[in-house]
Amino acid sequence: MAGLALKDVRKQYGKVEVIKGIDLDVADGEFVVFVGPSGCGKSTLLRMIAGLEEISSGTLSIGGRVVNDLSPKERGIAMVFQSYALYPHKTVYDNMAFGLQLAKAPTSEIDAKVKRAAGILHMEHLLDRKPSQLSGGQRQRVAIGRAIVRNPEVFLFDEPLSNLDAALRVTMRAELSKLHRDLGATMIYVTHDQVEAMTLADKIVVLEAGVVQQAGTPLQLYHNPQNRFVAGFIGSPKMNFIPVEIAEAGSGGVTVASADLARTLIPVAPDAAVAGAKAVLGIRPEHVTGGDRPVTFKGRVELVERLGHQTVVEVATAGGATVTALLDGTTLVRPGETLTLGFDPADAHLFGESGRAMERFHLPEIARMTRRTAA
Amino acid sequence: MKTRGEHLLLVIIAVVVLAFVLAPLFLMFATAFKADENQILRDFGNANAFWVWPSEMSLENFRQVLGNDTFPVLRYMANSVLIVVSIVVLGILVNSLAAYALARLVFPGRNILVIAVIALIIVPMESLAVPLLLMMNQVGWVDTYQAQIVPFIAHPFSIFLFYQFFAVLPKDLDEAAYVDGASRLQTYWKIVMPLSLPTIATVAILQSLEYWNAFLWPLMVTRGSDVRPISLALAQFFGTPPPIWGDVMAFSVLMSLPILVIYIAFQRWFIQSAIGSGVKG
Ligand SMILES: Nc1ncnc2c1ncn2[C@@H]1O[C@H](COP(=O)(O)OP(=O)(O)O)[C@@H](O)[C@H]1O
Ligand SMILES: [Mg+2]
Repeated sequence: MAGLALKDVRKQYGKVEVIKGIDLDVADGEFVVFVGPSGCGKSTLLRMIAGLEEISSGTLSIGGRVVNDLSPKERGIAMVFQSYALYPHKTVYDNMAFGLQLAKAPTSEIDAKVKRAAGILHMEHLLDRKPSQLSGGQRQRVAIGRAIVRNPEVFLFDEPLSNLDAALRVTMRAELSKLHRDLGATMIYVTHDQVEAMTLADKIVVLEAGVVQQAGTPLQLYHNPQNRFVAGFIGSPKMNFIPVEIAEAGSGGVTVASADLARTLIPVAPDAAVAGAKAVLGIRPEHVTGGDRPVTFKGRVELVERLGHQTVVEVATAGGATVTALLDGTTLVRPGETLTLGFDPADAHLFGESGRAMERFHLPEIARMTRRTAA
Repeated sequence: MKTRGEHLLLVIIAVVVLAFVLAPLFLMFATAFKADENQILRDFGNANAFWVWPSEMSLENFRQVLGNDTFPVLRYMANSVLIVVSIVVLGILVNSLAAYALARLVFPGRNILVIAVIALIIVPMESLAVPLLLMMNQVGWVDTYQAQIVPFIAHPFSIFLFYQFFAVLPKDLDEAAYVDGASRLQTYWKIVMPLSLPTIATVAILQSLEYWNAFLWPLMVTRGSDVRPISLALAQFFGTPPPIWGDVMAFSVLMSLPILVIYIAFQRWFIQSAIGSGVKG
């Protein structure tokens, strides 16, 4: 097992730079998830770690050894492809055994390793089948089995669950999480699905346009996003953004106001905020509740979605903002009504003109912990 | 939905077309098994030409053809088998490797090379025969097997067929094999080729047909019976007057058998690949 270190890693295709200088440390045994919108460079970065794409500049080390010029096999990685990439003409057994057969491992050793991997994934009964005789979930298992058999230093996954239906995705997610605990291996996992990222990761790396926007534990990213992009990307439904103007900035916080909000003190470090500057207030839908909170505003109800346990309400404010609120499932509300909503300024985020977050004074204890201490 | 009338029309057309295709084959087989040359000549005037009654069947013609001392049919046959098998086996390797390189490796001039290969498909053998003969003369290969094998191993249409197949074969498979520790050649041999069986079958059938029936080139490049293929021998046999139809047809049957065997052996894959490429459009 081994950790990884990326130092100023870049990738160019011709003149276009798609990975723009990534610095990242992955601890031994950590489950790291690369998440970001489609086309942001997640797969490219993963493939560079795998050794399938050349690294244009910078260094990649695995287990303290620079591996830029080594082949995937020499890097000690195994990869699970989005398409599974099972060899269609080989049985499940031979799919898993192929790497060891190439390495000329003794048959008894191959047999033991394949059987062990099949046991871990509960697919001993599938070993004689061809991939075409398997369901999507079973193929997924074989692809993971093929990785396990090689006993790699680092597992790499590229959107492994995206071809499965929703129910199976949830099951496999739990299994992957368990697999990580059982094997204790370093895993790097690419997805565009922030729920997968939140549930699986020890550490999430949010990428956008080839740049790391933020890296941290899921709850650090949720409670303490460092910029608007991360704030908007992590969490579902998305964080609300309300344009405001800074009225006053002091050591106690930043006072903001807007067409919809009376002067409100947000408990964040003012940084370079100055009175009169524009800013954006962020508040998550789950923190927007009824009108009994310290800060209130009014809006016209545009949309009501009843999920049973919760009601998703979208209101349009007089100031032109659209705010989503997660209200109690039994809330009586109809489209067209005027609704008073409110929130606690301690739950709010404030982003300066550049999009950078101002540091919040009040963070829940859990946002400071790593996954392991929290669990 | 088709109406009954349309359906009937289609069936009739199919039967007519089939009759045209099969009639010569029936004629060939029927005549080959008729011992009496006069009977054959009489039958040519009516529908009996396409049929032989089991009671009239005889292997006399075959005995004569195979027993002809001036005409070593089995030798010609062996020559043809050697030549065609060599071309097909080496051709599958060389053409698929070329196509694999064109489909997977990145190098300058690759696209131009692909276009050049496709363009070469339309160049007919006849236009190359004379310069090729001069070359053979230069290297002293006239009247050898290799003169009939080496120039035909590389086959643009086969390269094109393999290229088309590799182009749609997911690259993930190559990459998975690479991650598993396979070299390029191992990937080609253990992953790509086993998946190409339908294409291999198609190429094998097309090439064997083409070279089993080759005529012009062997005529130019061979002298005696030592390395001559059976296609040429048939023409010679046929051209020696007067034609004895029973023998000619027995000869033709002998010559057709190997190709029939190959077709039947490969047809499952062959048809599969034709269907497969049809579905993909
Ligand atoms: N071989 C390539 N040549 C040129 N551009 C590429 C190549 N592969 C990927 N890209 C570009 O790199 C960017 C990142 O792609 P990718 O890593 O696949 O994104 P993601 O996996 O995050 O969706 C995209 O804009 C894509 O168009
Ligand atoms: Mg991707």
